[in-house]
Amino acid sequence: MRAQFVAREVSHGLRRNLTMTLAVIITVAVSLGLFGGALLLRAQVTTMKDFWYDKVEVSLFLCGKGSDTASCAGGAVTKAQRDQIKSDLEGLKPLVEEIYYESQAEAYQHFQEQFKNSPIADNVRESALPESFRVKLSDPTKYEVVASAFAGRPGVEQVNDQRQILDKFFKLLGGLQAIALAIALTMLVVTVLLIVNTMRVAAFSRRRETSIMRLVGASNFYIQLPFLLEAAFAAGVGALAAIGALVLTKAVLVDSIVAPSFQFTSFVGWDAVITIAPILFITGIVLSGLAAFFTLRKYLRV
Amino acid sequence: MILFDHVTKLYANQERPALDDVSLEIEKGEFVFLVGPSGSGKSTFLRLILREERPTKGAVWVAGKELGHLSNWKIPYFRRQIGTVFQDFRLLPNKTVAENVAFALEVIGKPKAHINKVVPEVLEVVGLEGKEHRRPDELSGGEQQRVAIARAFVNRPMLLIADEPTGNLDPGTSVGIMQLLDRLNRLGTTVVMSTHDSNIVDQMRRRVIELEGGHVVRDQSRGVYGYAQ
Repeated sequence: MRAQFVAREVSHGLRRNLTMTLAVIITVAVSLGLFGGALLLRAQVTTMKDFWYDKVEVSLFLCGKGSDTASCAGGAVTKAQRDQIKSDLEGLKPLVEEIYYESQAEAYQHFQEQFKNSPIADNVRESALPESFRVKLSDPTKYEVVASAFAGRPGVEQVNDQRQILDKFFKLLGGLQAIALAIALTMLVVTVLLIVNTMRVAAFSRRRETSIMRLVGASNFYIQLPFLLEAAFAAGVGALAAIGALVLTKAVLVDSIVAPSFQFTSFVGWDAVITIAPILFITGIVLSGLAAFFTLRKYLRV
Repeated sequence: MILFDHVTKLYANQERPALDDVSLEIEKGEFVFLVGPSGSGKSTFLRLILREERPTKGAVWVAGKELGHLSNWKIPYFRRQIGTVFQDFRLLPNKTVAENVAFALEVIGKPKAHINKVVPEVLEVVGLEGKEHRRPDELSGGEQQRVAIARAFVNRPMLLIADEPTGNLDPGTSVGIMQLLDRLNRLGTTVVMSTHDSNIVDQMRRRVIELEGGHVVRDQSRGVYGYAQ
């Protein structure tokens, strides 16, 4: 009986306020969609960080004949310097996980492989490429420890952290994510204001019913429940639309369009979508429920 | 049933209290007329009984409860013991007669079987049998007020508050409504009714409480509308 009565009131209220209901559904969908997009982007950044930080190395380029930095004033690196650098690197274990020495000959070979079809390959001589130590760190964020120990030391031309190049890219993604998040939050505020107004209109258009309900002793819960359920229903539909958009983004944009053209990196998996979806749904329901609850407390007093 | 103990009600932004140190008692089963000019405090008196307002000073007791200490969530349950009827009927225009009465039971969570049983019963009591499926705009004013009384009475309240129930009705129709209220009173319901209709008060010869400027200026059993000559 109770459930039937409440269901009737809810469907009646939703139909009576159709335009407002649609407005709520759309704003909830857009704001939660953006929110979900921002979360997906963050998951993407995390995925890429995991993928790349695992591969990045710190490179210690050693002085060659033509090097002109101050630390190379003594000319090309000597064998003693090279051995000293190697043993110092060994001393940095366990931070230093692996050390790999690349001679000029090997560097030349890698270079030729990398630029196989490019005219650059023909113009580079072996002596122009520096020999180097490639160092893999157990914690890539501790790059500074290595840099401060070797940068500027005689025989070391340059200490190069690949992570710094990646970080510029990640900063860009982080910026995009912040913008998406800011727009999403603004839209969520708009959504809350819209729900507040919708509830006000709904409470006003049903003031006859609610005044009679108060008169005959209906409990506050009973008076407010249809309104709350209406708000929750509209928000739920909007949240489902946002989740649908998220799934489409992952299936079409990420998997079918972006991923095939960028095969050198990994992309977010469905597990991220599965984690984000309930967050969107719960955010939508709770936010609209709270907005409706506090509005109704003001407009449907005992 | 109702006890006003030195009750003063002062609305915000008003200098003169709507009720000023009113003390009186209404016994169970009484039929009481509340008379007095507009602004004399009748509506405030009724709103205090319904706990729509709290007294500024003093205490109001209804059905054994001191309303000032009734917590907010208990108010709906308290109001279920009181039926209320107004001058403007307050029916839902898009519901039929039976649905209007059933609404009062649905919203307090009564089971459907109970509703299906008691709604026809109360419609018979108020003399509306056969008109269950009409809408309010298809009924006369007197019939609409009967629907409102049916809705107020369907939960068998101990107390019926009627705020100028005949204010919108012609004298002939008013007599019928008064006979109905009298019948409900004889079934054991306490009735408190505010009115401007001197004929009704004079004919019924029940207790009359007259308010003026927030004071009780007369409290007479078996009274008439104006001062007895």
